[in-house]
Amino acid sequence: MDGVRLRRGLTTFSFLAPALIGIAVFFGYPLISAVYFSFTKFDLLSVPQWVGLSNYRQMADDPFLLQAVRNTLWMVMVFVPVRIIFTIGLAMLLAQLKRGAGFFRTILYLPSLVPSVAATIAFVYLLKPGTGPVNHLLEKIGINGPLWFNSPAWAKPSLVLLGLWACGDLMIIFLAAVLGVPESLYEAASLDGANAWHKFRSITLPSIRPVILFAAVTGVIYTLQYFDQAAVAGSIASGQATVGAGISQSFGYPEGSTFTYPLWLYTSGFRYNALGYANALAIALFVVALAVTVILLRRAKAFSGEES
Amino acid sequence: MNTRIPRTLFALGTAVLLTTACTPAPKENKVADPGTRVAGNVELWHFFTEREAQAIEQVVADFQTGHPAIKVTVKSGQDDSKVTQAIGAGNGPDVGLSYSTDIVGKFCSSGAWVDLKPYLERDRVDLGQLNVTTRSYTEFDGKRCAMPFLADAYGMYYNKDLFAKAGIAGPPKTLAELTEDAKKLTVRNPDGSLKQVGFLPLYDFYENAAAHLAPATGAKWLTGDGKSAVGTDPNWKTLLTWQKDLVDWYGYDNLTKFKAGLGDEFSADNAFQKGQVAINIDAEYRLAFLKDQAPKLKYGVAPLPTSDPARYGGGYVTGNIMGISKNAKNPEAAWELIKYLTTDDAAVTKLAGLIKNVPTTTKSIADPALNADPDFKAFIDIFNNPNSMTSPPSASGPAYQETFQQFLIKYQSGKVADLDGGLADADKQINSVMTLGG
Repeated sequence: MDGVRLRRGLTTFSFLAPALIGIAVFFGYPLISAVYFSFTKFDLLSVPQWVGLSNYRQMADDPFLLQAVRNTLWMVMVFVPVRIIFTIGLAMLLAQLKRGAGFFRTILYLPSLVPSVAATIAFVYLLKPGTGPVNHLLEKIGINGPLWFNSPAWAKPSLVLLGLWACGDLMIIFLAAVLGVPESLYEAASLDGANAWHKFRSITLPSIRPVILFAAVTGVIYTLQYFDQAAVAGSIASGQATVGAGISQSFGYPEGSTFTYPLWLYTSGFRYNALGYANALAIALFVVALAVTVILLRRAKAFSGEES
Repeated sequence: MNTRIPRTLFALGTAVLLTTACTPAPKENKVADPGTRVAGNVELWHFFTEREAQAIEQVVADFQTGHPAIKVTVKSGQDDSKVTQAIGAGNGPDVGLSYSTDIVGKFCSSGAWVDLKPYLERDRVDLGQLNVTTRSYTEFDGKRCAMPFLADAYGMYYNKDLFAKAGIAGPPKTLAELTEDAKKLTVRNPDGSLKQVGFLPLYDFYENAAAHLAPATGAKWLTGDGKSAVGTDPNWKTLLTWQKDLVDWYGYDNLTKFKAGLGDEFSADNAFQKGQVAINIDAEYRLAFLKDQAPKLKYGVAPLPTSDPARYGGGYVTGNIMGISKNAKNPEAAWELIKYLTTDDAAVTKLAGLIKNVPTTTKSIADPALNADPDFKAFIDIFNNPNSMTSPPSASGPAYQETFQQFLIKYQSGKVADLDGGLADADKQINSVMTLGG
């Protein structure tokens, strides 16, 4: 009997082994290494020196960290909900289309296939004051366009616009969820005299709640790791883009308004040679992302009436 | 019995041991006896691409002709982070060529690049053939782990047509003259916005970084013990006050709006090349861009204007650097290659002519062919001038410069009311950031 169980266990393990090895090598080991290095002074080139909690203590006096946290929080608080609301709206509109739905779905999905670096470069040039076509068009209708990526006030909203343009992947998921709501529920509500808003609030929203939760969790994690677009937008908008040299000089342009947490993590680690401190920042980010995910999941369970 | 905790501890312990085992350990560097025949393979990583990479290939081919026993493998397009990671992983190239003197502090102090002193002494290489500035940015705390591979000298470009139109006879030599000329050269639109700017003084415009402007007043970055000097060196205050006065004359919002509409620095739409900005800070490499992208532009080149006329003639100097990785497979051949590329006068002269950078040895600097072009000669003169300055190497790389740059950007926008207090705070921030890297 034991032999059979052992064989079954080994069979199960053999099927799981590739995934387990992958998790151990590419997640477990790097995570433990990062925790270890976060307690050291380390520059990648010399032997790490144990410094205890020094790196974590240093975070309290780090002016760049404060700025980076502020910008990242702004993105989490604004970008994540705006993106969810916008994509739900798009999905609702697409779900209503009787003709040409396939065409519009394709058109709206396509931007999400564009690599983020290329999309950001294109966006910065489109919105470039003076030479970009967007401000020219705005000028023609009597609007004095903003400086977009060149303005500390407008740089983050411009990144949000970029994110909305490339929301096709999330839109498809919401569209599937919206189309999956049974038609009979809407028919019954119509018979009861419900208007469009009532149907949306009482039928659509509860039905797609798991997808909203998914979008919120992945959106928060994505935004906490927001790097490519912020780095490229700052570099291109500053007009100082070069290949190789001083890549992080323009991080945060203009006036630190696009300086996000991962940009500071990268700069401190790979430009200022403080890999120990950068690991501490990475661990703090991991803990925050985990905590936010747990809180969101618990809140969602509480809302849906399940045991929290 | 609960076996989970011991198992977890065992796994954690193993991972930590693996982690520590995978981190590099220092290696003793021994040099061969004088006259030892050098042979074998050597790998050179550099960051150049296209035309400049071809120049490297040409000069390396010359090296191989003179050293048939050494075979050089060249890998182009390798930036500093790749070199750092390769050395950290134990697979560093024999020879690394970096675009930035910012890595000297880290590479020297960590031993990532070996100390070249034993090689220099054995082969009796005269470091006197390099000028003081060049020598200073290739060593750290008395340890020479790098050699200079050509240099960049920064000065001032000015548009001769716009100068003539504004009735200005020649380039400004002092900061006061620069302000005066900048105002004369500025043209505003009827609504008060800027149409043409004499000199765009914002620190985040093209090459206006504080390091490039510091020689104008002789402002120093670090004290003797490696701490920030921006709050204590009065020359910074002189520079900042001058710049802020000019920014205020233009209006910060006007300048940011004007700057936002300008083309990229390294494109044909460069504002100086298009005549939108009359005076610009830039290096000798701009000459090649001008020849290629704006052949009709009439421009002149001059040293950086200074607060004190006695300091006139210099500018900012920096350059590319070369070193031997601590895990080089063939350090002797690596040194032969470095010695050739950085101290052989003919090789350095040829490289300077091909790459259009300033040569670094005494004889190559005096080369008649390179000095025949008066614009290029102006940069050679800046490079040679004793008032020229560089930014000192630090173990935390460019952290001190970039932290100060953040303060300067805040200051120029008018968000810092008390300059003295702001500079004192900047000192604290710089010192704090510098300790991150140890």
